[in-house]
Amino acid sequence: MASDAPILELRDITKEYYGNRVLKGVSLAVRPGTIHGVVGENGAGKSTLMNLLFGMPVIRDTGGYRGDVVLEGRTVSFRSPEEAMASGIGMVHQEFMLIPGFTVAENIKLNREPTIPNLMSRIAGRKLEIVDRKRCGSDSRVALDRVGLTVDEWLPVAGLPVGHKQFIEIAREVDKNNVRLLIFDEPTAVLTESEADQLLKVMKSLAAKGFGILFITHRLDEVLAVCDDITVLRDGEVVGRPDPKATTVIRIAELMVGRPALVVGAEGVRHLPGGPPALEVRDLAVDMPGERVESVSFTLAAGEVLGLAGLAGHGKIGVANGLMGLFPARGTVVKHGAPLPLNDPRAAIRARLAFVSEDRRGVGILPDESIELNIALTAIEAQGRFLHAAPLEPLRLMNGGAVRRHAHEMIRALDIRCTGPRQHVRRLSGGNQQKVCLARAMTLEPDTLLVSEPTRGIDVGAKERVLELLRSLNRERGMSLLVTSSELAELRAICDRIAIVYHGRIEAVLPRDATDAEFGLAMAGELHAMGGQRG
Amino acid sequence: MADVVAPADRTPPLVMLQESIREIGIPRLLIAVFLVALFGIAVATKMDIASLVGDSLLRAARNGILVLALLPAIQGGVGLNFGLPIGVICGLVGCVITLNAAVTGWTGLGLSVALAIALAIPAGLAYGWLLNRTRGQEMMVGTYLGFAVVSGMSIFWIAAPFTNPTLVWAIAGRGLRTTLTVSGVYDKLLDRLWSFNVLGVSIPTGTLLIFALACAVVGLFFRTRAGITIAAARSNPRFARAAGISDERTRVQATMFSTVLAAVGIVVFAQSYGFLQLYTAPLLMAFPAVACLLIGGASVTRATLTHVVIGTLLFQSILTVALPVTSQVVQGDISETARLIIQNGMILYALTRRSDR
Repeated sequence: MASDAPILELRDITKEYYGNRVLKGVSLAVRPGTIHGVVGENGAGKSTLMNLLFGMPVIRDTGGYRGDVVLEGRTVSFRSPEEAMASGIGMVHQEFMLIPGFTVAENIKLNREPTIPNLMSRIAGRKLEIVDRKRCGSDSRVALDRVGLTVDEWLPVAGLPVGHKQFIEIAREVDKNNVRLLIFDEPTAVLTESEADQLLKVMKSLAAKGFGILFITHRLDEVLAVCDDITVLRDGEVVGRPDPKATTVIRIAELMVGRPALVVGAEGVRHLPGGPPALEVRDLAVDMPGERVESVSFTLAAGEVLGLAGLAGHGKIGVANGLMGLFPARGTVVKHGAPLPLNDPRAAIRARLAFVSEDRRGVGILPDESIELNIALTAIEAQGRFLHAAPLEPLRLMNGGAVRRHAHEMIRALDIRCTGPRQHVRRLSGGNQQKVCLARAMTLEPDTLLVSEPTRGIDVGAKERVLELLRSLNRERGMSLLVTSSELAELRAICDRIAIVYHGRIEAVLPRDATDAEFGLAMAGELHAMGGQRG
Repeated sequence: MADVVAPADRTPPLVMLQESIREIGIPRLLIAVFLVALFGIAVATKMDIASLVGDSLLRAARNGILVLALLPAIQGGVGLNFGLPIGVICGLVGCVITLNAAVTGWTGLGLSVALAIALAIPAGLAYGWLLNRTRGQEMMVGTYLGFAVVSGMSIFWIAAPFTNPTLVWAIAGRGLRTTLTVSGVYDKLLDRLWSFNVLGVSIPTGTLLIFALACAVVGLFFRTRAGITIAAARSNPRFARAAGISDERTRVQATMFSTVLAAVGIVVFAQSYGFLQLYTAPLLMAFPAVACLLIGGASVTRATLTHVVIGTLLFQSILTVALPVTSQVVQGDISETARLIIQNGMILYALTRRSDR
C-alpha cells in the first residue's frame, strides 16, 4: 500500500488536566491508504487524543496542549469539531449521531444536501434552494455501496438494527467530498461478530481507496487483522509500535498492561461441598425487552461456578435480571431450600443474593457519588448496616467512619485505582468502576452472586484481575456464582459448567472442557439436532 | 502552535484567578460586589449601618426556612420546587385556624406549626403523586399547580366559616380579610426570644435558632437511611431499583418533606413579619426563595445547606439595603425593580446551566 507523506502526523503531543499529565510526548503518523491502530488500556490517553484531534472544547477549556498536529502538511489546532470536519477529518462515533425519524439518505446528506435554485432562492439566498432528493438518494446509494450496506436509502433510520446504523454513520463520513482521514473510535463495541467482520472489511476497502484511517479499539485481534501500523499507549506514553505482521495478541496485551498477561488457572472437575443447591430454577420466564427468557430451568450447586452463554438477544442476560426482580418474571426459584419471591429486588438481596449488572453505567453505579457511598449504599438501604445506633429505626444516622473504613478495605483488597474513597465514580476507568460494583456486591455478604458481563468494556489487564477476583470469591469465600458472559473464553476460564441459552431456553449444559464445536453448535441451537446433549 | 499554552507545571496566577471565579460563579460574584457597593454607599452617606445589618439578618432568618424547603425537592430529583405555595397555603390555614380560635402565645405558635405540618403531609403526598405522573416537567407543573391552588384557596378564604371578628371583613361579617395581623397572638415571639444587641445590631436569636434547627434537621435527615435512599434514587433511578428502592416513593417523600418545610416556614415568617397575607399573596412566594437558593450557588440538580444559608443572606441583604440606599442616591424607588431583575435573572441563569456537570 501507499506510503507517501502522512495525512496526519502528531508530533510530541503533551496534555495535562490540572497538573495530571495524561499524554506525554505522543507522536504517530497516519499514511494515506493505511489503517493505523491505537490501542491501550482505559485511561491510557486514547480518548484524550481523540478529543484533541477532533477539537473538542474540553481540551481548550483545560489549558490546551503542547506539540503539533500536522494535517496534510499544515499545522492545525482545532477550536471545534466543526473546524475539524471542515479540514477533512471524519469521525465515526461510538454513540450514533443519527436522527431516528429521518431516512437513511436524509441522514447521510444532512446539512450538505445538493440543491436546485429557484425563484425565491435567487432573491433571498441559497438557504431557500430546493433539496434535490433524487441526487440525495443516488449519492447516498453510492456511499452505502462503498461500505457494503444493502439497506434501502429511503427507509427511516429509527427501526434499523444497531449494526446498520454504524454503517450509515460511516457512509455519511465517506460521502463527504473533502474527507481524507477517518477516525473510528471503538466502532465494533456495539456490533455482533459478523457485523464487526463486515466493518473490518469495509475499513480495509476504504483504506485501499486512499483514505487514512485511525482505528481505536479494545479488541486486539481486530487490530492485528486490519492494521498496517500499531501504536500502543500506556499511561499517556507510546510504549511500542509492534509490526502487525510479526507480533501476537499476547505480545500487544503485554505492552498495554506492562506485564506478562496471565491466563486464569484451569483445573479439572472439582468436588463441590454438597448440600442443598444454591439455586434451583424451574420454568423461569422473564419479560426483558431484547433479552426475553421463555422458560429456563437449571440448578446452581452450592459452591459451584455456573456460566450462562449464548448469542446476543437469546435471553442469557434476562436470567439474572429476572432472578433479581429487575424485570417481570414468572416461575419457581428455590434458594438453599427456601422459595425465593420473584419481582422483589429487596427480598432477593435479603435472601443473600447479590447482582453485578451487565449495564454498569446504567444500573451499576451512582456516577456522581463517592466511591465509599457507592460501595456501602445497598447495604445501608437493604440491610440497615453502616448506621449509628439510635432509639428509633428512622433516626439512625449513617456511620461515616465505618463507611470510610470499609471503603479503604475494599480499595486495598480489590486494588481499585483511585485518589481516595471520596473520589466520584464517574472519574474512574471502566475496570475500576467494575471493581466498585463488585465491592458493593461483596459488601452485601451474599452466599450467591450473579455476575453479568463482568469484563465488558474493560481492558485486558483489568479483565484478568476481575476474573481472578471472581475465582477467589468462589474458592476462598465459598460463594456460588452464576456468571453470564458473551465471552466464552472467560467462562471457560472460571466456570465449572456452562449453560447455553438459545431462544430463551437452555439448549445445553456443557462442561468447561467441551469442544469449541460443541459450544458453537449449542449456541446455534443445533446440538439437539446432532443428538449430543451433555451435562 | 506549540507555544499556545504556558507550561502547566506551575499554574499561572491568571488561570488560578479564572478558576476561582468559576468556582464562585460570576452571578454570585456580581451580586456580592453589588452588595458591598451598596454598603459602601450606605457608609458614605452616613446611614445607620447597624440597623441595616440588623434588618438584613432579620429578613434572612425570617425567609430561611422557606428557602430551605427547596432543598429536599432538589435532593429527591424533583428539581426546583415551584409548587412552594402549596406548602405555604397549608401553613396559612394552620395560622388562620389558630387565630380564629384565639389561641395565643407559645401555645398558639405551636398549634399553628402542628396544624401546618398536619395539613402539609397529605398535600405534599398528593403533589408528589402528581409530579410522578408528569415526570420531567416538575418545574412547570409545580408553577401551574401553585397558581391553581392559590386561586382555589381564594374561594376558600371567602367562603370558609371563620367567625372571629378580628379576621373577617367588618362590613360583610364574613370572609377573611386580605391581610391579618398576628399582633397580640404571636407577633415577634421568636424574634424577641433571647434577643440581644451587638454593636447596636439587634440579633433575632429565636428566629435564627429555629432556622438553624431546621437546617440541622434537614442535614441529619440526609444522613439517615431514608435520606440516603432519596439521594441515591435521584442520582440514578435504575441503580436504586436494583437496590430495592422505589424511586417513585422517594420522590413523593422528598416532595412531602419540601411541602412540610414550606408550611412551617410561612408560620415562622408570619410570626416575624407580623402579618398573614392571604388570597393571591402566596402566588409568587416560590420565586424569591428559588432565587435565594440559586444565588447561594445551587443548581437545578445540586444544592447544599451552605447554598441555602449564603444565598438567603446575600439576597435578603440586597433587598434590605437597596431601598434606603437607592432612595438616598436617586429619587424614587428602584429596589423593587432591582429585586425582580436579580430574582428572575438568577432563575433564568440557573436554567441555562442545567446540563452542566
